[in-house]
Amino acid sequence: MTAPSSWIRPEPHGIHVVPADAWVDPARPVPRALVTHGHADHARGGHGETIATPATLAIMELRYQTREGAVPVEYGETVSIGGGVTATFLPAGHVLGSAQILLEHAGERVVVTGDYKRAPDPTCEAFAVTPCDIFITEATFGLPVFTHPPIAEEISKLLKSLANHPEGCVLVGAYALGKAQRVIAELRASGHHDAIYIHGAMEAMCRLYEDHGVPLGELRLVSEASKEDMRGHIVVAPPSALADRWSRRLPDPLTAMASGWMRVRQRARQRGVELPLVISDHADWNELTRTIGEVNPQETWITHGREEALLRWCQLNQRRARALALVGYEDEDD
Amino acid sequence: MEEFAALLDALVYTTSRNRKLALIADYLRRAPDPDRGWALAGLTGGLDFPAVKSSTVRNLMMERIDPVLWTLSRDFVGDTAETASLLWPEAEDAPPQADLSLAEVIERLAALTRATAPKELPGLFDRLDPKGRYALIKLATGGMRVGVSARLAKTAFAQAFGVNVEEVEEYWHALAPPYTELFDWAAKGGAPPDLANVPRFRPFMLAHPLEEGTVDLAEYAAEWKWDGIRVQLVRAGGETRIYSRSGDDISATFPELLDALPMDAVLDGELLVRGSAQGGEAGGAASFNALQQRLGRKTVSKAMLRDYPAFVRLYDVLLLEGEDWREAPWKSRRATLEALMARLPADRFDLSALVEAEDFAHLARIREGARDEAIEGLMLKHRESAYLAGRKVGLWYKWKRDPLLVDCVVMYAQRGSGKRSSFYSDYTFGCWDGDPDAGAELLPVGKAYSGFTDAELKKLDRFVRQNTVNKFGPVREVKRELVFEVAFDSVHASKRHKSGLAMRFPRIHRIRWDKPAHEADRVENLRALIKD
Repeated sequence: MTAPSSWIRPEPHGIHVVPADAWVDPARPVPRALVTHGHADHARGGHGETIATPATLAIMELRYQTREGAVPVEYGETVSIGGGVTATFLPAGHVLGSAQILLEHAGERVVVTGDYKRAPDPTCEAFAVTPCDIFITEATFGLPVFTHPPIAEEISKLLKSLANHPEGCVLVGAYALGKAQRVIAELRASGHHDAIYIHGAMEAMCRLYEDHGVPLGELRLVSEASKEDMRGHIVVAPPSALADRWSRRLPDPLTAMASGWMRVRQRARQRGVELPLVISDHADWNELTRTIGEVNPQETWITHGREEALLRWCQLNQRRARALALVGYEDEDD
Repeated sequence: MEEFAALLDALVYTTSRNRKLALIADYLRRAPDPDRGWALAGLTGGLDFPAVKSSTVRNLMMERIDPVLWTLSRDFVGDTAETASLLWPEAEDAPPQADLSLAEVIERLAALTRATAPKELPGLFDRLDPKGRYALIKLATGGMRVGVSARLAKTAFAQAFGVNVEEVEEYWHALAPPYTELFDWAAKGGAPPDLANVPRFRPFMLAHPLEEGTVDLAEYAAEWKWDGIRVQLVRAGGETRIYSRSGDDISATFPELLDALPMDAVLDGELLVRGSAQGGEAGGAASFNALQQRLGRKTVSKAMLRDYPAFVRLYDVLLLEGEDWREAPWKSRRATLEALMARLPADRFDLSALVEAEDFAHLARIREGARDEAIEGLMLKHRESAYLAGRKVGLWYKWKRDPLLVDCVVMYAQRGSGKRSSFYSDYTFGCWDGDPDAGAELLPVGKAYSGFTDAELKKLDRFVRQNTVNKFGPVREVKRELVFEVAFDSVHASKRHKSGLAMRFPRIHRIRWDKPAHEADRVENLRALIKD
């Protein structure tokens, strides 16, 4: 058995699948890219060929205005990418279209998770536990202080604040791809059917989600509404808009933010958040450690986030692990 | 406890002063006695449980979680109480128990000793959720850090019950938690607390900085701003107490002053120790550095009393033998004080002399010379001003001398806590011990964590991360490249630092991104400024 590291190499700018000369989530343009999901730090433009799920490709087309080189692969479908390597795309439960990529070569299995979570999400398919030799996992919330509560609790907190603040609105900062649509879908699932106002930057992405079978109910644009219209309503905007001049058009907004970082008080304070909602599309500490246990790989590679702590956990649990120094992945506003 | 924990949490996330006031007032109206009194004490920093330290909590955690995971978590969160509240391993299927009342929690905390705390605290933690644990640890270890000053909490109290905040302030310091008499009076319409024979604190009159412009010396009197600690000396019912500017009772630290006042009075002055640095050889005062030997001590040795005898340099009189002088103009109070001096023991009291000048320009020249006397600057007091609590515009000004400046090189950085958690915001800097171009070394001369904007902090944080050469736990050593222009009030000899120097009030005046490190100052330049 060849050591897997001979054919799969972590490089600073992505994970290199050597026999196929393909890259997973490369941070710069390459001839052939395998893309796990549509967030900008994973799905960069300008590749010769981009192999990804149809939904991820649609998200990338929306951002980069081109479908050139797009190679769609459905969940569960296995494709040959050359050099005797096959790739299978499996649901990661992170956002619409997000996939883990199972790479097989010479009888060895490597899973690259991209970003993932285990909590249920009405906007995307659930994470599939896939046995493998090497498990390459994210660690965005890789500290034991991060445990995300059930989303229903956070949604009810949001609705309660809205009810207590009828003269104003509740402004929810949420990442424009994934988080915003999940929060809206969860609000609908909890029986909130009032119009929800959204920032213009989210309109196209919400429409894309609906086109992919995720109903979001009545959405209206903030830019087309008056202050009066928005009183007593929920407004969803990208986190960058919270402290921006843009928010001045809102009626007495109570500032909320949907993010896993909201678990830590001072993080919320640093951003001037008045209503922290601990809602994340990443695995929390318990999900990360449980997943490593369930996948039970020979070796765990940790890509980005708080890798030191997860590495320590692996060590304490007699699991072989290493941290990869990849560049370009950001602590997104998640 | 649930209600109090929810209040703390809401306060953390509220930035607006008015919303904070409303939150606290609402809680104080709703909560039962004596819970609300204990809550008020917690918010104003009036509780102390010496048996529980931050280290007690840390040790409890280390027994339950891997120390490396604890340290990584604590570093990221930036607050021991919050980290512990999140990481406490909750019992899987503990039966739900009735909420603990705040009074019950306080009672249990007060009963703890250093020996019993590690055994009793876990039982309390188990009965609370993360928010409750956070509130409990904050109560037990002191320092809420929820952006509520004692003054704000008192204002909220006044607002909750429609009473005057100055009145609250007056009663406050004579009462102890849970302030039963205060609630009886304000919330239940009872009689005001009877404090005639209690040596209680009266709020200080404070000064605004004189930023620019001049004042007319016909209207304003000038006196030195002495470099000691501002105190209020109160005698009533035969007992004397000394209060600091914040209203803390510091009587025990200065026992030699407790039988010095021969009549009932409330006097405002500067507490100093004997020496020659301030006000001349005979009957003068030592520098602040000498006074520091006396501060924060619970017991005072005979040697301390002999080597650093304390006295009060008087500024003002508030009450004297039953008469309240606070409404009277400053000039009448001054005359009363001058007349009083003959009746006070000269070894314990002297009078803060007025500084006579022909005009403002002359006064400015006198102020420039003040450095040699280790004095902070000048006070300008309106001759007609009543003695009013707090900072009132146009009545009193402090006109501090310009700070001293020195160029230092950043050597180490440490993460801040609270609002600055996860930012490298505390800096240690040094000066050269010789010619840097001939191989001189940097010696640390001070530490500062203020004087820069949030935007500058971000830039400094990035500099630290990109220029780290060594990590020692939470401390990073950085490349010796960046120069700070450091402002400070004075510098003293100190055995604590390798450089043999200690700065007073160092703060970052300017960040000299442009200045090469080898052009920073040498230790000898700084040493030349020592005055004691």
